[in-house]
Amino acid sequence: MSEQLYVPPELRVLPDPSMESKAFWTGGAEGQLLIYRCRACTQFFHPPAPVCFRCRSTNVGPEAVSGRATVATYSINRHPWYPSFPPPYIVAIVEIDEQPDVRLTTNIVGCSMEAIHVGMQVEVLFEHCDDVWIPLFKPSDPYAAIESASTSNETSPA
Amino acid sequence: MSNNDNNLLHGKAVVSGVGQSQVGRGIGRSGIDLTAEACLRAIADAGLTPDDIDGLATYPGGNFVGGFSGASSVEIHDVLGLKTKWHLGTGETGGQLGPIMDACIAVASGRVEHVLCFRSVWEYSAQQGLSRASTYANVTRADRFREWTSPYGAPSASTWIALYAQRYMHEFGLTREQLAQIALTCRANAVLNPNAVYRAPMSMDDYLNARMISEPLCLFDCDVPCDGAVAVIISRKEATAGLPRHGVTVEAIGASLLQRHTWDQRIDLTTMAAHDCTQEMWKQTSLKPADVDIMELYDGFSYLTLQWIEAFGFCEHGEAGRFVEGGERIALTGQLPLNTQGGQLSGGRLHGLGFLHEACVQMWREGGDRQVAKDVEVAAVGAGGGPVAGCMLVSLRA
Repeated sequence: MSEQLYVPPELRVLPDPSMESKAFWTGGAEGQLLIYRCRACTQFFHPPAPVCFRCRSTNVGPEAVSGRATVATYSINRHPWYPSFPPPYIVAIVEIDEQPDVRLTTNIVGCSMEAIHVGMQVEVLFEHCDDVWIPLFKPSDPYAAIESASTSNETSPA
Repeated sequence: MSNNDNNLLHGKAVVSGVGQSQVGRGIGRSGIDLTAEACLRAIADAGLTPDDIDGLATYPGGNFVGGFSGASSVEIHDVLGLKTKWHLGTGETGGQLGPIMDACIAVASGRVEHVLCFRSVWEYSAQQGLSRASTYANVTRADRFREWTSPYGAPSASTWIALYAQRYMHEFGLTREQLAQIALTCRANAVLNPNAVYRAPMSMDDYLNARMISEPLCLFDCDVPCDGAVAVIISRKEATAGLPRHGVTVEAIGASLLQRHTWDQRIDLTTMAAHDCTQEMWKQTSLKPADVDIMELYDGFSYLTLQWIEAFGFCEHGEAGRFVEGGERIALTGQLPLNTQGGQLSGGRLHGLGFLHEACVQMWREGGDRQVAKDVEVAAVGAGGGPVAGCMLVSLRA
């Protein structure tokens, strides 16, 4: 079995990065997923912000993480919201391995609509568009990408 | 009224009148025209004149694309020639009911006597029959909170809420047949409501065969954009002597937001801000969930109604699907009727205030064919979804 082929959409609405989010959207140039971390309490958080919402320290900044994550939930999108981004495609919320309460809304690509499931292990890849690198995720196990969820190992709720 | 120490309003805030404009798709009237109609009807319903109005409050105010706001507070102030001591139009509050709660505080504190509150939508005309997200289709760069969703082909709340619904299904075994009961119940009630937008009967097969939008949500899980307005008058109890209505008492209100205002970082993805604000609301009253006679709960998307049902405490966390299963319990003739006017799913997306309007209509027993047969003395009203939420408990108690 081979990996599911991923064909990027013709056009994505791109982010207009803020001073804080620029690192997130450009880290892919170096192959890095950059997530804000508080250097005072050592916790990661997202979206990036100039203050740690937990301890209110302003000693915060982007730090590279492994790019490995777990699918917390997903939706197979069937409605054509954008002419240049045809359905179906998978929108998901993933939890990063370093700290599962840090979540990213993203697309799971290279994965069949039948195979996507809560608990799927995924890893980051980047789609370069103009001046930004959009972090996307794909199944870590290429076999899981095409195996239907009902035949894969059942995952337990987090 | 409650003797509870946490009581905020002490029975001083009442709904003294309600009004609704013509509601529909393609009715060819401006947002300000429809809003003025609803406002003048509510003022007359309360037995007041525009000169009696000394406060004005609306969600979300002006300057939105896509018809999200059909009229702002100052536009209505001007066209109705009002003279007010206080006015407010904001969307950054405890959901669509937020400004109404502030109006309750304003009358209870003695600042004003009669507040005209309205919610106006002009989404059908502004979107030309497409979706709200369609108004963002020509945007090439997304900033602020849309920065985190639009690049992923997720510009609509249908996707954000589908993500929550999928997780709830995974954890608690909610089925599509259970979720369907929200849409089916709303439609059954809309059949009896001449003002509802969609009145043709809907079957379980109709629901299960409908086009999927954002799995697990289908077309009938999403409310219907329309043009229309709803208005209510919040009055200081002492100022209602001699008025025709037995005012509906606002017993308790809740607008708490105890976690981050985001759509994806809430610690437990199977709860929403609805769970935060109902906690605050129940602390203000001696009433309990078992005292509630009807539920008027936001259904911008059907899954949100299930969240409100469990947030109010009508069932345990995770049990909302089993609570509505089969539909008998939440039918007009059931133990706890839901969205008696047809909700937003079939009645039209009047966006929040329609639920308070309907609670009052039922209490005053003016529901016509859709009037609940049993006594209606206490109603639960909740509006919003995700990090946006506000709720009220209203009653006929003096």
